[in-house]
Amino acid sequence: MDWTALWLSLRLAGWTVVILLPVAIVMGRLLAYRQFRGKVLVEALVMLPLVLPPTVFGFYLLVAFGRNSPLGDLWQAVFGQQLVFSFQGLVVASVIFNLPFAIQPAQRGFQAIAVELREAASCCGMSPLRSLWQVELPLAWPGLVTAMVLTFAHTLGEFGIVLMVGGSIPGETKTIAISIYDRVQGFDDRGAAIMSAVLVGFSLVTIAVTFWLSARVGKRLT
Amino acid sequence: MTLEVMATAKQPIPLDLAFRVAPGELLALVGHSGSGKTTLLRIIAGLWRPDVARVVVDDQIWVDTASGVDLPSHRRRVGIVFQNYALFPHMTAAGNVMAAMDQPDKREAARILELVNLAGLEDRKPAQLSGGQQQRVAVARALARRPQVLLLDEPFSAVDRATREKLYSEIIALRAHLAMPVVLVTHDMTEAQLLADQMVLIDKGHVVRQGRTADVMTDPVALRAMGIRELASLLPATVVAHETDGLTRLMTAAGPLFLPGVTAAAGTKVRVRIMAHEVILSRARPEGLSAQNILQGQVTQIVQGQGPAVMVHISIGGDEIIARITRRAADQMALGPGDSVHAILKAMSVARDHIAR
Repeated sequence: MDWTALWLSLRLAGWTVVILLPVAIVMGRLLAYRQFRGKVLVEALVMLPLVLPPTVFGFYLLVAFGRNSPLGDLWQAVFGQQLVFSFQGLVVASVIFNLPFAIQPAQRGFQAIAVELREAASCCGMSPLRSLWQVELPLAWPGLVTAMVLTFAHTLGEFGIVLMVGGSIPGETKTIAISIYDRVQGFDDRGAAIMSAVLVGFSLVTIAVTFWLSARVGKRLT
Repeated sequence: MTLEVMATAKQPIPLDLAFRVAPGELLALVGHSGSGKTTLLRIIAGLWRPDVARVVVDDQIWVDTASGVDLPSHRRRVGIVFQNYALFPHMTAAGNVMAAMDQPDKREAARILELVNLAGLEDRKPAQLSGGQQQRVAVARALARRPQVLLLDEPFSAVDRATREKLYSEIIALRAHLAMPVVLVTHDMTEAQLLADQMVLIDKGHVVRQGRTADVMTDPVALRAMGIRELASLLPATVVAHETDGLTRLMTAAGPLFLPGVTAAAGTKVRVRIMAHEVILSRARPEGLSAQNILQGQVTQIVQGQGPAVMVHISIGGDEIIARITRRAADQMALGPGDSVHAILKAMSVARDHIAR
């Protein structure tokens, strides 16, 4: 059992969720409430990672992150290490790749709030920020939970893009999915079986507990 | 606190009107659906901005497109009751009320809820309240904002008749506590006639008539726009006793009046909306008639309409009843101003929500 890989996967999924939560709130709200020029294009861009093969996407990220790329150089200058084949690079790739999983459910969640409720909040004297905190977030909560659970679960299971951008450096970029792949390649069927079972069990428990909690919260809300 | 409103727009509904509401006064914006009433409320609340608008409350400019002033909704002290209330479903009744307060205060919320007869229901969620109770929470929330202007958007349209009758009385009673201008949007003429001091009748965004409710309600042009069958008079009366057969005896300036479905306690002063087309006139006091109410009075004026009917205004002990009868009948009776006449009214012709305090 490769505990280092599992821990790495969990850290990656955790960071992805933490970074994507505010992004999902801001973008989900924007796409749910506003009509603007180029909205269709933005929505298409957000959905793009869902259609592209991870290898294609990973290839472009590799080019964008790599040495001699503006982003890669900037990262190197600021943090003193390269972005590709590092945990940080993996997090950035994971965040971008999970945009549709985070933004789509959040957008649906905010869309489900009746316009009148937001107007009522405003007429109650609530500033947009207070309205977000007191009215919108509690009501969009189910959508946000779904967004975060999907993101977390999807990051745990991602393989192609991790391989492309991260390589397979133990403790740095070797996630549980890669580790399982390595075991299979090395004819260690028993190791692969144990780790697969652990991942299945862990994912199932995480999702079940989250949905159970959010159902309880939901009941309290309405 | 005076509210002055002027608005002109082409989209989404053509609008061109202006009005003014004094402190403590209730103005009804009346018109068919799609006439622009609700849009106007939204302009006052800052939820919609027309091409040209000016809303001034107490010398404070809320919006003035000419000078580029436009306060966002949350900076206008406006209390609004939405048509389907728009209560926050995740908050309790008290929570909804506190959401509109500058400094949330549980005791103050309880006080306001008591004012709208909801004491004891503070901890209920909107889903656990009846339609009438939800409407009361919405009113309480609007008041909790300490509004400079109170806006009511068809607030009685989502409840049944019996509840509506109760809510009318409550709003009328509540008005004694209200010092701000109130704007009521409605398509229901009974509501407008029973509740409003002033009336603006709108058709396709333009004012047909505006002025005192009693004047607008009897204006021939206004009547044509709202439907001539809405012509009615408001007769003051005092509840005397509920009789065993279900009728209630009331006293008017010209004698007793028997009506069904009155819930107000004995001694309560009420106003009864009497539809003009339900009133029968007779020169002699008729006998052997099933109608329970015969009130004697004098004709003050007869107004000719365009159609086959005339409006006969009758003074009944100083109060007025209007009868809408055919011109043929008026000619046959040779009715003229000053004539003595009996107004006959079936008890069953007065609906329960046509009676209010």
